[in-house]
Amino acid sequence: MELKAGLQLKSVVGTTEVVVIRAPEGGATLTSGGAPMVGRDEDAPAADVQPGAEGAVLLGKRYVDAAGSIEVLCTKPGDGGLALDGEPLEVKSAKPLPSSD
Amino acid sequence: MYLGLILDMAHSGLGDRDAVTIDGRSLDHTQLAEYSWAASARFLELGVPSVVYLGTNHVAFPVALFGAAGAGIPFVPLNYRLGPDQLAAQLEAHPGAYMVYEGEPPATAVPGRSADRQAFVDSLDPVGAEAPPPPDPDAICLLLYTSGTTAAPKAAVLRHRHLMSYLLGTVEFASADEDEVSLVSVPPYHVAGVANLLSNLYAGRRIVYIDRFDPEVWLGIVRDQKVTQAMVVPTMLAQIVDHLRDAGDADTPSLRTLSYGGARMPAPVLTRALELFPTTGFVNAYGLTETSSTIALLGPEEHRAAFGSDDPAARARLGSVGRLVPGIEIEVRDDDGVPLGVGQTGLVFLRGDQISGEYAGVALLEEDGWFPTRDRGRIDEDGYVFIEGRADDTIIRGGENIAPAEIEDVLVSHDRVVDAVVVGLPDDQWGQRLAAVVVTSGDADTSAEELRELVRTRLRSSKTPETIEFWPELPRTDTGKLLRRTVVARLSEP
Repeated sequence: MELKAGLQLKSVVGTTEVVVIRAPEGGATLTSGGAPMVGRDEDAPAADVQPGAEGAVLLGKRYVDAAGSIEVLCTKPGDGGLALDGEPLEVKSAKPLPSSD
Repeated sequence: MYLGLILDMAHSGLGDRDAVTIDGRSLDHTQLAEYSWAASARFLELGVPSVVYLGTNHVAFPVALFGAAGAGIPFVPLNYRLGPDQLAAQLEAHPGAYMVYEGEPPATAVPGRSADRQAFVDSLDPVGAEAPPPPDPDAICLLLYTSGTTAAPKAAVLRHRHLMSYLLGTVEFASADEDEVSLVSVPPYHVAGVANLLSNLYAGRRIVYIDRFDPEVWLGIVRDQKVTQAMVVPTMLAQIVDHLRDAGDADTPSLRTLSYGGARMPAPVLTRALELFPTTGFVNAYGLTETSSTIALLGPEEHRAAFGSDDPAARARLGSVGRLVPGIEIEVRDDDGVPLGVGQTGLVFLRGDQISGEYAGVALLEEDGWFPTRDRGRIDEDGYVFIEGRADDTIIRGGENIAPAEIEDVLVSHDRVVDAVVVGLPDDQWGQRLAAVVVTSGDADTSAEELRELVRTRLRSSKTPETIEFWPELPRTDTGKLLRRTVVARLSEP
């Protein structure tokens, strides 16, 4: 599935859901627990977390790759660490803007 | 991305943390989400095309807003202070709408499809309510009437994707500490009122509403409820500063951040406020209704650095709206559309995902996404943006473009002048001539000639108002915007 900003995806290994904030150019595969994530409203068979792809995804956290090519926001927490083409995503350290509202 | 997503997130992530308080009653995030979902079910069942909200701040405001958003129909907060004719015209533009009102029902309210705001909330059954299916991200989320200071108000269109882009671009989910409280005194029909609600909810900061602004009530709530952030428009800050005129300190130790926006802030008011709130961080937010609120901001450190500096250039930054928020691009162009360089004043164009630039039926965005704000401004070498007013306010005198703000700033720098406006009046010789109206403090004795001399010395004679009148106050909207066309009309009366 082509990743694009605004796309909502879910994990097939658990309850995790994310929304894509910034999408990488060209085809890339986002996985959770080692299994490709699917569209939020898609029917997809459940799968098990692959060894080495464990990890919790935390609500409201942003996840990025080292190159900064992708950013996703966790909208529903769950199991199954996130990775882009096999490279694990890390929590982006949040530096909030001063509150203007 | 649809707005209801942040409600789902708050429901599962913030749960029993208080979301909104008004008149001592609070709803936590679970309750707010469930009431809103029940409201969505109500609107979907009735099949109404939109939801009109006519009243001051109340828990019914977020419930009706998220209720409409969940149902995929526009939420339309109207200005309850409009005259009957203007209000009737705006109501007519939304036939069949569900109406949530305060007090007396509007003449066009239909029983079964309208309710007093408290009765509306009480009529909902939140128990077991579930999130509605997500609407199209391109659906219209909000119709907000612009303040109409230079022309008749028009409804700006904000879609789900615009508001979500603003929120996800500028706010971190649940980033507020549990003790953080935001005091909101801007009305629901103002884009800042909507942005305040959404940002604070998403950050997990409890919102306390004042339904009608009063400086004494505002200060009382800040102290009693240990408010940590607040947003005001410049006229509110002017009233707060005036209320504290004999005080050395506002005595509000809990207040970490005070943000302001919505109109130009007079320099004397800001300077005095920085003295009265010495431990508070000030944030100037600049944005338009059509840009989903804030697109640039001047932060606390930048305020204090400018305030503490003796260097006039550094100090001038107090008059800046700061730097762009992530995801926004800016371009300043001359009247022929040619991009200008650093420090040159021209028309401000903006681009970014949060910018709608669309009015009921009419899109103003250029093909490549640039939105003409009709504001005049410039950018300095460090990326700080200075806004000098609306292009429509520019006075053309003998072929020279004159921004009234520059002259108004000089007038209010006078000790006894508390407010000032400069407008252009038709003139046979010059095309337009400059006329000023000033408001002086209390018993002050200032002559028009003294003020004209001040402008002549600081600027030049072509920028010196030919006439200066003294009025008890200037006509402004409830959110502090100067009604220049009313001033012109009054000055033109024979």
